[in-house]
Amino acid sequence: MSTMHFSKNINNVLHLADSALILAQRNSEWCAHGPILEQDIAITNITLDLIGQARNFYQYAASLINSTNQKNETEDTLAYLRTEREFLNLLICELPNVDWAHTVVRQFLFSSFQQQLFLALQENTDDAIQAIATKSIKETNYHVKWSAEWVIRLGDGTLESRERTLNAIEALWPYTGEFFTNEPTDMMDVSLLKKAWLDKITNVFLEASLSVPENIFMHSGGKKGVHTEHLGFILSEMQYLQRMYPGAQW
Amino acid sequence: MTITKEHILRLLEEVCDPEIPVLSILDLGIVRDVVLSNPIEIIITPTYSGCPAMDAIAIDIKLRLAEAGIKNTTISYVLNPAWTTDWMSERGKEKLLAYGIAPPVGLASRVNNLLFEEQTHIVCPLCKSNNTELISEFGSTSCKSLYKCNDCKEPFDHFKCH
Repeated sequence: MSTMHFSKNINNVLHLADSALILAQRNSEWCAHGPILEQDIAITNITLDLIGQARNFYQYAASLINSTNQKNETEDTLAYLRTEREFLNLLICELPNVDWAHTVVRQFLFSSFQQQLFLALQENTDDAIQAIATKSIKETNYHVKWSAEWVIRLGDGTLESRERTLNAIEALWPYTGEFFTNEPTDMMDVSLLKKAWLDKITNVFLEASLSVPENIFMHSGGKKGVHTEHLGFILSEMQYLQRMYPGAQW
Repeated sequence: MTITKEHILRLLEEVCDPEIPVLSILDLGIVRDVVLSNPIEIIITPTYSGCPAMDAIAIDIKLRLAEAGIKNTTISYVLNPAWTTDWMSERGKEKLLAYGIAPPVGLASRVNNLLFEEQTHIVCPLCKSNNTELISEFGSTSCKSLYKCNDCKEPFDHFKCH
């Protein structure tokens, strides 16, 4: 399949969809493996919300692509038939699972970013984006509450839970700079979201007696389609059925 | 026969949520409008973005209307304004309680998402005690959380305020 080149905004809509989908795919690995039953159900509920958000963004992206490029894309072709370089998700979403601390810290960093983003996109001039943001933020608020509580519980918990949380922050923090780097196709200036995001993170970390890392190297590339080696493995698993049996349906 | 909006709504009253079969889609507040165009348009909204029941509900609506001889229909989806439990009917809340699910309490605008704060005074659907506590904010479907009753010791679902 040839690489797709889309005009302004379509890439940004795909980026929003891809981040939600890829983190959902990662989180779904916890299904039936959560530390306790209730939390297994919690992380998979969050995952289901993310898949729903991804579907809404993909459906809108497909309608934009089809109306401007005379193609016949659907939410399924966009999720299952694009290659690594065409995926525009944030790198943090594709990193492999490590332990429960890594999962809740990632969810907290990502959902807190989504919360600020959707808050801003609720005012967007594009009706479809405004509607998806308005719908999504109510779910994201739950995700932030749940993950923040877990960061506090683990950060201020036992020696081991604290150690694991510190390791998770050290591993994940270098991937948060990308949240606030703009691409020419972005529909808003995401750097404006940084202050509110950092305030939220700082407050929760303080409560958890954790500190916010400062002045460290930040990775980027996901929004340009330049990924870590981990994305290919996710896609090969997620897209296997459609690649093996093209057009297969439920 | 002239088809009226009231006629269609009466038929939609018989379409139930596949996950919570005591609630009709009208009780749940997910039917946003019926437009008597050609085809007749039924506008629905999902409870949560990832609600897997939406496709089943859309099929059930078309089937129920077709059974009544109304075959030329289309289902469309809206996201804004976002669905809220404030749209659930009082009758729907009573039906939920009788079914064993504690209904949402109060207005969605009062959900504050403060950390470690949980909604209290959720009445146990089995023994009606309000000595209950939250087990998890997430339950068997997106729209429910899990509680337990400290008096009768039974766990139960709570349809959370959203």
